Amino acid sequence: MATKLGDYKTQVHNDWCPGCGDFGIVNAIQMSLTEMQIPRHKAAIFSGIGCSGKTSHFINVYGVHTLHGRVLTFAQGAKIANPEMTVVAVGGDGDGLGIGAGHFVAAGRRNVNMTYIIFDNAVYGLTKGQASPTLKLGEQTKSLANPNSNYNVNPIALAISSGFTFVARSYSYDVRQLKNVITAAIKHKGLSFIDVLQPCPTYNDLYTRDWFAGIDQINEDTKKPTPRIYNLADTGYDPVVHYSTNTELNEKLTQALGKSLEWGDKIPTGIFYKNELITPYTKRITDKIPNYLENPAAKQKISKNGKSITDISKILDSLEI
Amino acid sequence: MDFDYSWLIGGPQGSGVDTAANIFSRVGAKLGYHVFGKREYHSNIKGLHSYFVVRLSDKKIRSNINGADIMVAYDAETLVRHGLEISKGGAIIYDSSIINTTVDEILTLEETYKSRLLKFFDSKKMEPNVSSIIDLARKNGVKVYSVSFRDVLANIANELNKPELSRMVRLFNVLGVSFSLGVLKAPIEPLLETIEDTFSKKPSIVDLNKRAANFSYNYASAKFSDFQDSISDNGKSKNILLVQGHQGSALGKMVCGCRFQSYYPITPASDESEFLETHEILQVKEDRPGSTSIIQTEDEISAIGMAVGASLTGVRSATSTSGPGFSLMAEMLGWAGINETPVVITLFQRSGPSTGLPTRHGQDDLLFAINAGHGEFPRIVYASGDVEDSFYDTGKCFNFADIFQVPVIHILDKFIASSVVTCKRFDPDLISIDRGKLLEKIDGDYKRFALSPDGISPRSKLGLENGVFWNTGDESDEYGHISEDPVNRIQMMDKRQTKIEQILSLIPKEDQAVAYGKLDICIISWGSPKGPILDAIEMHKKDGHEIGFIDIKLLHPFPTDYIKSMLKGSSIVIDIEANMTGQLASLIKENLLRDPDYYILKYTGRPMTCIEIFDSLNKILEKKAEKKQVLTYGD
Repeated sequence: MATKLGDYKTQVHNDWCPGCGDFGIVNAIQMSLTEMQIPRHKAAIFSGIGCSGKTSHFINVYGVHTLHGRVLTFAQGAKIANPEMTVVAVGGDGDGLGIGAGHFVAAGRRNVNMTYIIFDNAVYGLTKGQASPTLKLGEQTKSLANPNSNYNVNPIALAISSGFTFVARSYSYDVRQLKNVITAAIKHKGLSFIDVLQPCPTYNDLYTRDWFAGIDQINEDTKKPTPRIYNLADTGYDPVVHYSTNTELNEKLTQALGKSLEWGDKIPTGIFYKNELITPYTKRITDKIPNYLENPAAKQKISKNGKSITDISKILDSLEI
Repeated sequence: MDFDYSWLIGGPQGSGVDTAANIFSRVGAKLGYHVFGKREYHSNIKGLHSYFVVRLSDKKIRSNINGADIMVAYDAETLVRHGLEISKGGAIIYDSSIINTTVDEILTLEETYKSRLLKFFDSKKMEPNVSSIIDLARKNGVKVYSVSFRDVLANIANELNKPELSRMVRLFNVLGVSFSLGVLKAPIEPLLETIEDTFSKKPSIVDLNKRAANFSYNYASAKFSDFQDSISDNGKSKNILLVQGHQGSALGKMVCGCRFQSYYPITPASDESEFLETHEILQVKEDRPGSTSIIQTEDEISAIGMAVGASLTGVRSATSTSGPGFSLMAEMLGWAGINETPVVITLFQRSGPSTGLPTRHGQDDLLFAINAGHGEFPRIVYASGDVEDSFYDTGKCFNFADIFQVPVIHILDKFIASSVVTCKRFDPDLISIDRGKLLEKIDGDYKRFALSPDGISPRSKLGLENGVFWNTGDESDEYGHISEDPVNRIQMMDKRQTKIEQILSLIPKEDQAVAYGKLDICIISWGSPKGPILDAIEMHKKDGHEIGFIDIKLLHPFPTDYIKSMLKGSSIVIDIEANMTGQLASLIKENLLRDPDYYILKYTGRPMTCIEIFDSLNKILEKKAEKKQVLTYGD
């Protein structure tokens, strides 16, 4: 029997502010799970701390609401122990790029086959609007006493340089595109990253829905706003690394890094970079442990009638005098 | 006639002291002796002083004595540091090139140590150099044998017609052992066998080392034939292992089904993870091979995070670390606590605070292990006293974690980790596996944190049909969703706390604490002092003094009633620990409202010897002891 969109929703009351960009992301994740018909017990959402951290409680699959900055550590441990699970980690930009930045970089190097979605709103919402890592130097959102004194992290560039093999950006009010990107990310063989631009209507009065829609950029001919958000796919952009040559790799990396710097009047979304030629972590394990995928940690029998079935006699023999 | 013989080898770190000591230990074991070896080294890759003492005995031994009977010194520092520790009638074999070295020329000596040494020479009115130490050693009745390691190597190269060998200083380790065994007139076969065992993967190296061993053995036995002591064959015993300290818990993990371990490199814990990784593919009876996922993480936060994540899939998971790493794990420990997630943290203590003495021994993390993490949640803190215990206790710790659904901190330390000992072959059948309320099948509505009288709810795992649940570091309802309701809060806090009573009532008494002897005069301790304590009380028994000992293994929750009942008739209680403040004693004071009568403490970073404990106990028996005795032996 097919699983319906409603099956992926819990009864938990959603306490995000009206108009919050997070709603679009939860909906898109649920739509993507429905589209892929992933059984509820085969998917797990891991979340960090903050408004976005509550995401796992609204989705009716395994939901692991972890600690601030540490979501990727839990998620990778679970995925490595049980590679049959579809694992999606979510968290805010402060969570992933501030307190959790070390794990972000390390996860990229590992390339475990799972998806990480950052809810990127440039503020710490739940603690009332402090500057977060993606807020730009000198910008002042409404609850800041002074302009931001730190340079911003570029999530796309950081992901690419850390070794993520699928790097995308989307916008939380474009739920259809977001759903498509999430589905592509989950299907990707390796670690996928999606930076989701997500207005915080309560604390970020700079990156608002209207600003993204470009209402300050009226086209003189049409008298209509020129939206800042555009889709890379509409411009003929090809993010995929097709061949294992240095020329191809460098070209696609340079292209993606270049696009990651584009910000202001025009903001690219969609897939920036995709490379399935870098070995996923699974392959790095099976090179050492050939039957890892058929018999991963979560599937192994360890006892019979309360007694161990692991046979260490050869190791003991080697230690025997 | 009793045989009890200690051999010391020292030299700059990286010069092969370890390899030599491992070879000697194995030879001792092959000759049928009990072996207890201890490694001491600086936090350094190459150059600073390191040494190894291997004690052989025809009786069971669990610790080192003070000093040694015979020593091999590769360098001047070894000679000045240890030359006067060699007992009367013993021997020093040293490299002749160091004879004229002065204390000032030993650049690796720490200034504080050097100034003490200079004062010592001054008090003896002697020149501060190696030859003065040699003179003093001779006066102590020690035979001193000078050998040029380089010349012997050149002779070997000559004999084998391989001039390039004369530069192979790596052979010095085999030379050091072979000289010793030659001087001691030990049978040579076990040495040649051990060389085969040690270098089995490289046949050409085996041959070369055997030739070098033969040559240097014969050289020493011919040249230094006046030495009185000897080692004879004590008759080989069966089913004896020679194990390194870190291998006990690693083998325990394999047997009890730990299939995931994450770690960040740290001394002295990483050896255990590396051993597990070397044996990551596991043979399984009547099944395809299994495997352990060993993941080196970016830090210890990630190490425990991954282990907890893996545990959510129903896998027995662990992380292994030392004090600094454990400090980073504190927040995650609370998450595992509130989410009732089993995980085992193997804590190899070393001396703190901060980086402290990173390669030295200490037991200063007991109270931290009990209190780490904010908020109130149940956990188990369990300690093992020696390598053999660490194997069997590892199995128990995983059962505790599963049965009570709590984080378990299994405390070991540097003393255990870097000792080499003989013990009875481990018996995997003595490790039982109890997964507690872990479910394999679920029908109908499922609540991960369902309230239950024993505080322990049936546990689902990621991937189990109908078993979907939620976790959160927030307080939660029975499903695992966030709840700030005050009534629910009390129910959930009480539910988790109920486990404390469960733990104390369900863990068998014999696993909580082990008593030895009559407890009238009674030592209390925990962890690795167990070995030197048992050796010391045996020595007192020979002298007609009965001293009892309680080895407390379950340190949290504290088995107050049980310990109280055991100590009821004790007229004198003596606390022995390798820390400054007496952390176990503070638990005794808090829980039993009783202050131990005497404290024997050590916090130099060096493990206790049985002699030190024997002497301190003697003072207590003679009623000449201060309330607190601080031990200082060792370099």
